[in-house]
Amino acid sequence: MLNSYIIKYAQKVTELKWLVAILAIVLVLFSAMGAKNLAFNNDYRIFFPDDDKRLQAFENLQNTYTKNDNVLFVIEPKDGVVFKPDTLAAIEDLTERAWQTPYSMRVDSLSNYQHSESVEDDMSVGDLYEDGKSLSADEIARIKKIALAEPQLIHRIISEKAHVTTLNITMEFPLQVENEQGEMVAADPTKQGMDVVSSVRALEAYTKATYPDLNVYLSGIVMMNNAFGEATIYDMSHLLPIAILLILITVFLLLRSVVGTIITFFVILFSVMTAFGLAGWLGIEVSSPVMSAPIIILTLAVADCVHILSTWLAEIRNGADKHTAMKESMRINFMPVFLTSLTTAIGFLSLNTSDSPPFGDLGNVAAIGVMIAFLLSVTFLPALASILPVKVKARESKTLNIMNGIAEWVIAKQKALLIGGGLLAILLIAIIPKNELNDIYVEYFDERIQFRTDTDFIVNNLTGIYYIDYSIDSKESGNISDPDVLAKVRKFTDWLESQPEVIHVNTVTDTFKRLNKNMHADDDGYYKLPDSRELAAQYLLLYEMSLPFGLDLNNQIDIDKKSTRISTTLKTLSTKQMLEFEVRADAWMTQNIPDLKAVGASPSVMFAHIGMKNIVSMLSGTTIALVLISLILVLALKSWRYGLLSLIPNLVPAGIAFGIWALIDGEIGLGLSVVTAMTLGIVVDDTIHFLSKYLRARREKGLGAEDAVRYAFSTVGIALWVTSVALIIGFLVLSTSAFKLNSGMGLLTAIVIAVALIVDFFLLPPILIKLDKWLSKRKTIAT
Amino acid sequence: MKMKTQLKLILSTMILSSVTLFASANAETPAAKGLRIAQEADASDTGFNDFTANMVMTLKNRAGKSSRRIIRIKTLEVANDGDKSLSLFDEPADVKGTAMLTFSHGLKADDQWLYLPALKRVKRINSRNKSGPFMGSEFAFEDISSQEVEKYKYKYLREEACGEGNKWKCHVIERIPAYKYSGYTKQVVWIDTQHYRPTKIMFYDRKNALLKTLVATNFSQYAGKHWRPAMMNMQNHQSGKSTILQYTNYKFKTGLSTRDFNKKSLAR
Repeated sequence: MLNSYIIKYAQKVTELKWLVAILAIVLVLFSAMGAKNLAFNNDYRIFFPDDDKRLQAFENLQNTYTKNDNVLFVIEPKDGVVFKPDTLAAIEDLTERAWQTPYSMRVDSLSNYQHSESVEDDMSVGDLYEDGKSLSADEIARIKKIALAEPQLIHRIISEKAHVTTLNITMEFPLQVENEQGEMVAADPTKQGMDVVSSVRALEAYTKATYPDLNVYLSGIVMMNNAFGEATIYDMSHLLPIAILLILITVFLLLRSVVGTIITFFVILFSVMTAFGLAGWLGIEVSSPVMSAPIIILTLAVADCVHILSTWLAEIRNGADKHTAMKESMRINFMPVFLTSLTTAIGFLSLNTSDSPPFGDLGNVAAIGVMIAFLLSVTFLPALASILPVKVKARESKTLNIMNGIAEWVIAKQKALLIGGGLLAILLIAIIPKNELNDIYVEYFDERIQFRTDTDFIVNNLTGIYYIDYSIDSKESGNISDPDVLAKVRKFTDWLESQPEVIHVNTVTDTFKRLNKNMHADDDGYYKLPDSRELAAQYLLLYEMSLPFGLDLNNQIDIDKKSTRISTTLKTLSTKQMLEFEVRADAWMTQNIPDLKAVGASPSVMFAHIGMKNIVSMLSGTTIALVLISLILVLALKSWRYGLLSLIPNLVPAGIAFGIWALIDGEIGLGLSVVTAMTLGIVVDDTIHFLSKYLRARREKGLGAEDAVRYAFSTVGIALWVTSVALIIGFLVLSTSAFKLNSGMGLLTAIVIAVALIVDFFLLPPILIKLDKWLSKRKTIAT
Repeated sequence: MKMKTQLKLILSTMILSSVTLFASANAETPAAKGLRIAQEADASDTGFNDFTANMVMTLKNRAGKSSRRIIRIKTLEVANDGDKSLSLFDEPADVKGTAMLTFSHGLKADDQWLYLPALKRVKRINSRNKSGPFMGSEFAFEDISSQEVEKYKYKYLREEACGEGNKWKCHVIERIPAYKYSGYTKQVVWIDTQHYRPTKIMFYDRKNALLKTLVATNFSQYAGKHWRPAMMNMQNHQSGKSTILQYTNYKFKTGLSTRDFNKKSLAR
């Protein structure tokens, strides 16, 4: 039946080895050409589905006011003194140059801050200072006093200690651009971001060359987006070669065959190339999470190669010629390799239930890669193996003795293992809730990425880079000048400022207060909101008429003067703290200003919610994968009871791993929420291999439970050990990624796989022996 | 083969450069031609004395929201200096009665005063910023204040079809603001050859990127000489916002005088 088909198939492949090999290479290359369609998208917004409520609130806010895409160009004089002629002159020069940044709409700095004051009973508006070089000590003291007292500058543009200041460059990226033929085409946001980054870095280089006494730090949304790309490039150039090398060394040590290692190298390389090529043809967008796929694919592809090649080489060592050996290897391995590939692919495909599209993309690319690896393992691999010359030395297997030793030990200590192991597992699973939902997206990047160190400096010395914006909608045109509305906005502002998380609040009420004071000969007694709507509206008109290009009020007020934006800068917060803050602000608004209540919009809030939502949605993904995989197991093992039992070795590893995670880290974020579903398909492989050999011994060879355990260890123990080690190595390499979403995922996956191996070796056999009576009441499912 | 191509290249370069030399020796320079046309355009509109009009300003943002302002304008022609103008705001309601008086000048900062009815006081707008938005619109002060010849340096570019349905012929002239605090590095103006009507202006920002395009349409002639558009549409290419100005009720030579353009006249 099936076996004879597989043998016939293997026969044909070895006969038509050249044709198969060449055809495979042609198809791989054709698929790989799709890579030209791949575009890397580093915009953090891709982490959210288009219909995400908070993304929409955020986009709406971006369309109403000046956008938030920015670069913080932070300047630190080495002597810590901003207010001296040299530094002030440098700020002026750099502000002027910052206007040259591509797509810049606005540059805010100390020098171009539009200070308003009363001069001879008229209102004067202009740059805070000009010609910094020529300022006297008295003038500088006056400027410093103004700056440090101005709520729009302190903690935002200038530090309290006046030792660090920043230029805030705001960008507006057009969605469409004109091409060379004069047609409007969709813009490439990644390229636009890179243009800005290279311009800003050139300004940084200019600063260092011209003003050696200044240190420069770069942050902001545009720099963060860029860091996604840089972290990925770092991974690709540092981790991928290491992963390939380590895996090949492992394979060589295991197979002791140069030819086998070369074949493996080509299969894993082709699998990755084809997967990404097909991703290109399918129009899948490449993002940082998707770029963890190459390491995942090559790691998983190795398992297929190892299973087929180790049997093949063993047959040759036993004296078979390479064609016969391949036929035998295919007969033994075709179905298990197919099944394990299928379950792994199902696990990855379940990532499509993630709320964050890049993880769905990662799942799809990895699933394609896994299935391609299977196809190559049963076509290209046997063909190439038949073509290449192979030399093997006979060797005695020490490892096999070790496996037999383990089997004996497990059988001898079965009770202790069952109770001890079971208790340990329950204990570790019980502490899973100690894990906290925590994503700090600045910390997505580790210290190898400059964005992280620069941002840390900025957060410690000047201002935060987290923010929540509230767009207060007064419902009626012009209503933001209404004293009642303004009073409520002020009240909310005061409340925000009193919160421990808040660093700075940028609000229009500060402007109104200042204008009122200016209109009353700078009398501090009038530093309060105007008491009539007309007065407020007319002050605003006067002020608006006095502002220069690029420094208008549209960053705070919409064109209809109906709504105003309150920008709140926050300390670096965890997801949990962020959600707590949001809930608190929400409750305050409901209680105090119900008619002006607004949804807080910000990437930080969005990341906080997507992390939470993703865990819930991945639960359903995991369940679907679990049901499908269990059904496959039931069919493969031809038994409901064994299928049911397989839930233990399939689910327990992830449970234990999360328990271990609670002990070593304890923080769960977006990246980790997908691990259970992803690893499910991988750990199942061990279960399939172990149980199928165990069952073969019980059913075909008529062995008892204990002997069947011995048989399973001796036949599949080494292969499981080796593939697990290769997988653990691959994912451990991923765990050194500079990008936390990938590194956390890599580490936890490695733990899951290690635990799965331990469970299969030390917990599953005692359970099988213990439950043998119940399991043996078998109702075989007809095939 | 290679020699031949090179020879060809050298020859053609020589011919081309001699032609250019010849042409420039005989025709006026692009700068002179640009300036001449600007002067002609200025001359063609002199002698209007004064005019009044009603203006509706409609602002639109990227989110598709719009907002309206209604303003009455009065302008007095001033010989050898910028014009004087008075803007009276009727809408939005909370700025109704606010009036702005502007004495525009060539290269000096304009003089501006604003009457605030809520304060019952006239306040001077003490700022040399001409680049800022007018009432939150896409029009900067410098876009709508009177266009004196000396405000720019000119360069004639070409002649091409223009206007609605490309029925007119236009001079295309590049002009570079001479005012230090201008928000632009340059403007490209399409001005029709027959009546010197400016139909289109493209504005380039400080990084020399295209910022806005102004298109003026529905021109009518008043007092037998002066052409004015009924509609001006300013599109900001960077922010996606736009502003439309609609003019009605143009009246020329209404007998206004300097007495109607002083601080006292603002409160009326």
